[in-house]
Amino acid sequence: MRGFTDYAVTFLAVSATVVVIAPLMAIFAYLVYKGASSLNLDFFTQIPKAPGEVGGGMANAIVGSAVLLALASVIGVPIGIGGGIFLAEFGRGTRLANAIRFTADVLNGVPSIVMGVATYALIVSPHVSWLPFLGHFSAFAGGVALGIMMIPTITRTTEEMLLMVPHAVREAALGLGVPNWRSVLSITVKTASPGIITGCMLAFSRVAGETAPLIFTVLGNSFWSTSLNRPIAALPLQIYVFALSPYDDWHRLAWAGSLVLIVLIVLAVSLVRFVTSRGVLKGAS
Amino acid sequence: MGRPTHDSEVRKFLLSRGNSAGADRGFHGLMVLCALSIFAIVVLIATELILRSNLAWKAFGFRFFFQADTDSFSHLPLFWDPVNGHFSALPFIYGTLVSSLLALLMAVPLAVGVAIFLTEMCPRALRGFLAFLTELLAAIPSIIYGVWALAVLVPMMREYANPLLSKYLGWSGFFADDNPTGLGFTSAGVILAIMILPIISSLTREVMSAVPHSQREAVLALGATRWEMIRMGVLRNARIGIVGAIILGLGRELGETMAVTMVIGNTPEIHRSLLANGSSMAAVIANEYAEAVTDLHRSALTEIGLALFIVTIVVNAAARLLVWAVTRGTPARVN
Repeated sequence: MRGFTDYAVTFLAVSATVVVIAPLMAIFAYLVYKGASSLNLDFFTQIPKAPGEVGGGMANAIVGSAVLLALASVIGVPIGIGGGIFLAEFGRGTRLANAIRFTADVLNGVPSIVMGVATYALIVSPHVSWLPFLGHFSAFAGGVALGIMMIPTITRTTEEMLLMVPHAVREAALGLGVPNWRSVLSITVKTASPGIITGCMLAFSRVAGETAPLIFTVLGNSFWSTSLNRPIAALPLQIYVFALSPYDDWHRLAWAGSLVLIVLIVLAVSLVRFVTSRGVLKGAS
Repeated sequence: MGRPTHDSEVRKFLLSRGNSAGADRGFHGLMVLCALSIFAIVVLIATELILRSNLAWKAFGFRFFFQADTDSFSHLPLFWDPVNGHFSALPFIYGTLVSSLLALLMAVPLAVGVAIFLTEMCPRALRGFLAFLTELLAAIPSIIYGVWALAVLVPMMREYANPLLSKYLGWSGFFADDNPTGLGFTSAGVILAIMILPIISSLTREVMSAVPHSQREAVLALGATRWEMIRMGVLRNARIGIVGAIILGLGRELGETMAVTMVIGNTPEIHRSLLANGSSMAAVIANEYAEAVTDLHRSALTEIGLALFIVTIVVNAAARLLVWAVTRGTPARVN
């Protein structure tokens, strides 16, 4: 009887794994099947045509997403790395650092739509006037929303990577008379930089797929636009709008866009895995 | 012995360096500012949400969350009527709870099963690959889950699952067959389950790996089978952490927007049937915020966003504390 239970549980565990992996395979296969056929050069070079017309692409959405992510990285990466440096180098063991670490983890769990609502209230709402170019939908608002989402993730991963740098490296630098700030920046951070870049890529790929905060901050745009002061197209947002539309051609574009998005994210995640598995601290060993 | 007449290069170099205390203090201050930005972000979000939801709070008060105005003619509840200004969060709270609980019911056994398989039973060569696949599931953006669900899952539910459910379980009153669209709480529950599976499973794996091997060896030495060893040696010790992992999955799915918006049917009503259309807190914000005309409408939506904010913070904090308690140390980084 005990042996039978053992076999039964093994069977259940294996079947659970199969049931879990199956949707993943199904999603990938279906995406490739539906998206690959509609993926052509037009997709990357043309803007969407009027509904009902055949053809067009999502070039403006790809460019728009790139603009948004660049702005988000400019905001999120320096502040995030700075926070991580504080947690690992200056605040180790202090109560403030523990509080910040906990808050960063909790902030990671806040839904992205709430971030979008807060950004709307802060930047997009017509009543806002603390800066002259605010008060309307814009790429700036979307970039800020995405950048704020990147900060807690990058802070935590930077901290983890910096904690892995052996003390001997820091002591050697300080023993040579290098000022503390220089030692942290040029030696510790540089040693951990593969890992830190990996963490930034992780945050980047997570934010690249976010749609909810963009719906009412950048609003979307059917035309070419790279201005930070105007609504801009974004790939996930465009996919959302097209998937919900009643036009077959737009559905086709949505599938192609989903395929592009998922390929980018799979590449990023695989790269992250590859770098971390090969050993982050090549410089220190 | 006096000072040597000729300073060596090293001494010249060291003496020429000024005091770096100023730069050090400046750098320290800059890093502290960056770290404090995390607090600033939370405070900023909370302030904006509270300020913007003030209008709805003054209009409805606490009633917003558990009561609705009734229509004077039909005596039916007026849950969400932007035109006439009747707002109540009830249908969205109901929808969020129902879809989340359904998802948990479906996801937790599967996730724990996967974790058990990967930690205790899987051959080492396969382990990395399968773990990578589950991690990939977690990295897929919500919108892609939504598009896939709309195109594949909803027709599947409409053609196969829903008729079967309403035929065989319709007697319970929870599976009416009056919704021919395939959208609804059940579809939302299924896609949510698929989305939180990797989180719960990877955290459970981490928590199970944190159980010291001595526990496993002790139970095996007493003559247990592998399942008994898992049950008594590992799961019993990792119980708290697994509960924390489940709560973390709950926290993640409470705020899930895109996939839910596309499959839940977006109907601000409360129905007992699990196959009925509904809406969720995040879904209504995503759908109506950009087009809200009146300030009261936007304020009501912001109040729902504030409730979502508070609830997810509380749930996530509780979950992190539980996982901390078991893994003891810096908490796991979850995508």
